[in-house]
Amino acid sequence: MTATAMKHAPFTQSRKAPTGQKLCSRTDLVAFSGVAAWLETSQGAKQIALFYLPGHERELYAIDHHDPFSNANVIAHGIVGDIKGATVVASPLYKQHFRLEDGQCLEDESVKLPTWKVSFKGADVWIEG
Amino acid sequence: MSTTSKRNVVIIGNGMVGHHLVEQLVENGALAQMNVTVFGEERHRAYDRVHLSEYFKGRDAEALALCDADYYASHGVTFNSSEAVVSIDRVEKTVSTERGHYAYDHLVLATGSYPFVPPIPGNDREGCLVYRTLDDLDAIRDAAQSAATGVVVGGGLLGLEAANALRGLNLETAVIEFAPRLMPMQVDAEGGELLREKIEALGVQVLTERATQRIEDGEASRHRMVFQDDKILETDLIVFSAGIRPRDQLARECGLEVGERGGVVINDQCQTSDPAILAIGEVALWSKSIFGLVAPGYQMAKTALSTLTGGDTSFAGADMSTKLKLLGVDVGSIGDAHGNQNPGARMFRYLDPLTQIYRKMVVSSDGKKLLGAMLVGDNSVYDTLLQYYANGIELPKEPASLILPQSGAAPALGPDALPETAMICSCHNVTKASICAAIDAGASDLGAVKSDTRASTGCGGCASLLKSVVDHELAARGVAVDKSICEHFQHTRQELYDIVRVEGIKTFSELIEKHGASGTHHLGCDICKPAVGSILASCFNEPITDAAHIPLQDTNDTFMANMQKNGTYSVVPRIAGGEITPDKLVVLGQVAQKYGLYSKITGGQRIDLFGARLEDLPDIWGELIAAGFETGHAYGKSLRTVKSCVGSTWCRYGVQDSVGMAIKLENRYKGLRAPHKIKFGVSGCTRECAEAQSKDIGIIATENGWNLYVCGNGGMRPRHAELFATDLDDEALYRTIDRFLMFYVRTADRLQRTSVWRENLEGGLNYLKEVILDDSLGMGKELERQMQTVVDNYQCEWAGAISDPDKLKRFRSYVNDSRPNPSIIMTSERGQLRPA
Repeated sequence: MTATAMKHAPFTQSRKAPTGQKLCSRTDLVAFSGVAAWLETSQGAKQIALFYLPGHERELYAIDHHDPFSNANVIAHGIVGDIKGATVVASPLYKQHFRLEDGQCLEDESVKLPTWKVSFKGADVWIEG
Repeated sequence: MSTTSKRNVVIIGNGMVGHHLVEQLVENGALAQMNVTVFGEERHRAYDRVHLSEYFKGRDAEALALCDADYYASHGVTFNSSEAVVSIDRVEKTVSTERGHYAYDHLVLATGSYPFVPPIPGNDREGCLVYRTLDDLDAIRDAAQSAATGVVVGGGLLGLEAANALRGLNLETAVIEFAPRLMPMQVDAEGGELLREKIEALGVQVLTERATQRIEDGEASRHRMVFQDDKILETDLIVFSAGIRPRDQLARECGLEVGERGGVVINDQCQTSDPAILAIGEVALWSKSIFGLVAPGYQMAKTALSTLTGGDTSFAGADMSTKLKLLGVDVGSIGDAHGNQNPGARMFRYLDPLTQIYRKMVVSSDGKKLLGAMLVGDNSVYDTLLQYYANGIELPKEPASLILPQSGAAPALGPDALPETAMICSCHNVTKASICAAIDAGASDLGAVKSDTRASTGCGGCASLLKSVVDHELAARGVAVDKSICEHFQHTRQELYDIVRVEGIKTFSELIEKHGASGTHHLGCDICKPAVGSILASCFNEPITDAAHIPLQDTNDTFMANMQKNGTYSVVPRIAGGEITPDKLVVLGQVAQKYGLYSKITGGQRIDLFGARLEDLPDIWGELIAAGFETGHAYGKSLRTVKSCVGSTWCRYGVQDSVGMAIKLENRYKGLRAPHKIKFGVSGCTRECAEAQSKDIGIIATENGWNLYVCGNGGMRPRHAELFATDLDDEALYRTIDRFLMFYVRTADRLQRTSVWRENLEGGLNYLKEVILDDSLGMGKELERQMQTVVDNYQCEWAGAISDPDKLKRFRSYVNDSRPNPSIIMTSERGQLRPA
């Protein structure tokens, strides 16, 4: 089946989110899997997916929760993995893979999800502005 | 296209060979130049006579049919069934039936043969039957209902087939043979003795050197057979299978040349003495020989096609080598099996009286060529020997090594040693060269080669040889047949399963640490993680909601609900056997009302509630569990439902309590995780209202217990389940299903349903029966034990989740806000909610 992707303009990291927003605490995360969270931006509230890979070189990723192929907010519920060296999440609906690093879709180079920089501050998860 | 210039081709007879000719005409586009009319005297269209005995094992006329019901009509071929041709007028060029006269330009006789009934007084008594057509089998089955014993007259190939059929009808069975041994055409004295021992061990009485003098009224049974020395045998049912005779009556009456002992004489073009009339199959006599096998018949059909279309293919005789499984006993015969056609030939013989294996090779006087071979009890070396024989390959220095038992692997003749001309599939005339050509033209796996060349789609005897040739040729072309599950493991699913079992590995991280491929980040992916999650669950049945297993699951398993296209979930509680109390029905309605859920009855006799928000799932399940429901695993690759009819409790036709059995089975196997979903059906009688034969496991009640069917499927590619075991009691049924399911779980590929697994299983249904019913691998008890572990460790995943606050955290739509997902928008249709 062919899903029609919404190829909207990427929501880039340069767009201003309020500096140093706390999203949740470490215990809200699920190891080697994803959870969804709301992020307040100057454009309004945005749904993002947080992935936690304890013990890996980069432990935290934040990527758009919205799946452009199904138009549903489901990315946080996908399976995390690595494909040909890239750390990815597979959409739970039609199984496209998105690179967590930069949101690039591996199956369709014209589709790229917005990503954000996130990090731990003590027991909390913060998104950088 | 002009139709006026089309020639009229009339084919008399719609057996396997007559049908094959029609197929050849269709496939070669010959119908553009001719109008084809086929006459068949039977009610049924052409069916697979080679596997006739399966009719009593549940394969009905439809399943035995060689083509779809509309095949003839859709290709513009006129097919007149139940219409026998009674005469041929060669001057007017017409044939006549009771319904009319039909003109022909070319006529093809494919009338086959009839069973020879010895001229014994009393051979026409009621209950004295033959074994040839489906109608014959119906008559045998009818007669068997009031019979306790049955006798087959004739111990040849067909006689033993018939004996197997009588045994399948639960008759005490005897075989009577005039010659000193069974299958005198195929085996010698030693082989015949071994065959007798094996067949008697199955409970079939074997009487050789008996000539029946007359049949008269019996005392204890319906008939009494009196033999040459006044010995007698009483029986209720007699089946004559004393050889076949060509049906050449029509040909005789219209003056065609026939042989001394029958058969319509044909030349190399399959033409009779009248060039406008052709004859093919068992009615045809070529070079004084009748060919009573299907493969030569097919070759004649191809020759007839060529003759009818102006080609130059000739029939040049055919190899009569065969391998058979009669009453479960392997018998193989190649070339000059008796060694009496080649003066100076030398024999090698090997006889193992303990395992009851007999092998004989007939070798040229210089020891270099194989002239023939005879096998009883084990056909494993047949394929290799046939290739030596058919291709004239020089024998190894010690030819005996080919038939002696091997401590290691048998010295099979590798596919690379076969010449290009080697015949791989004799039914469809497929050589090694044509297989290579198909591969070069793009066929990249066994399935593609089979559909392109039709190899191994006839009798199927060449299946393993074909596979080895295809594998070899693909490998030779650098097509790596990589069976690795994904880049993270250089193993197949089955290998991973064995590793997990043997090493007792209980988590994905331990497995990838110890056995993962190098060069990845060891995170896994959406292919291997759910597969390993399923394997771990099959082996240990720990809750999939445990922290170590959560990241392995597809979203459906993670949230124990089925994600729908708008990101909401559907909820399916278990309704075992489709039986539900009114109180529980009310609860389902109330829950659906409260949470705004669209409700639909599923095909598996339960109720699906759609449109649940992630954060509502725990509350919904809290209410369902309080009312006595448990999870239905609709989200998992696991047991789904056991569909049932209402059974003997209410139905006037029911012979067993199908609902009770369905509930027991559903409760036994619920929670079993498998390579793919598994569906059961249980019917209370042969009317089969539960449609059990379209399920992975189908159970149909009999007067004496349960018949078990396996590997059926509905859906995209429907497949009738095959009869696996009959008249099982409850305990035997559980035991058999335990073994079957665990063997499937152990050996199937990921996402492979039982039907596809079965079709890819080398050795097919017989192998499966040997493993499960005869315990040929000695793993029956282990499989039962493994299943018992799964059964013992079952717990409702939802009950576990709602009592664990940590697990419940997972069901928040957002970790930092309780506002609902705003993108889920519903609208109303036919009184219910649906995604906008």
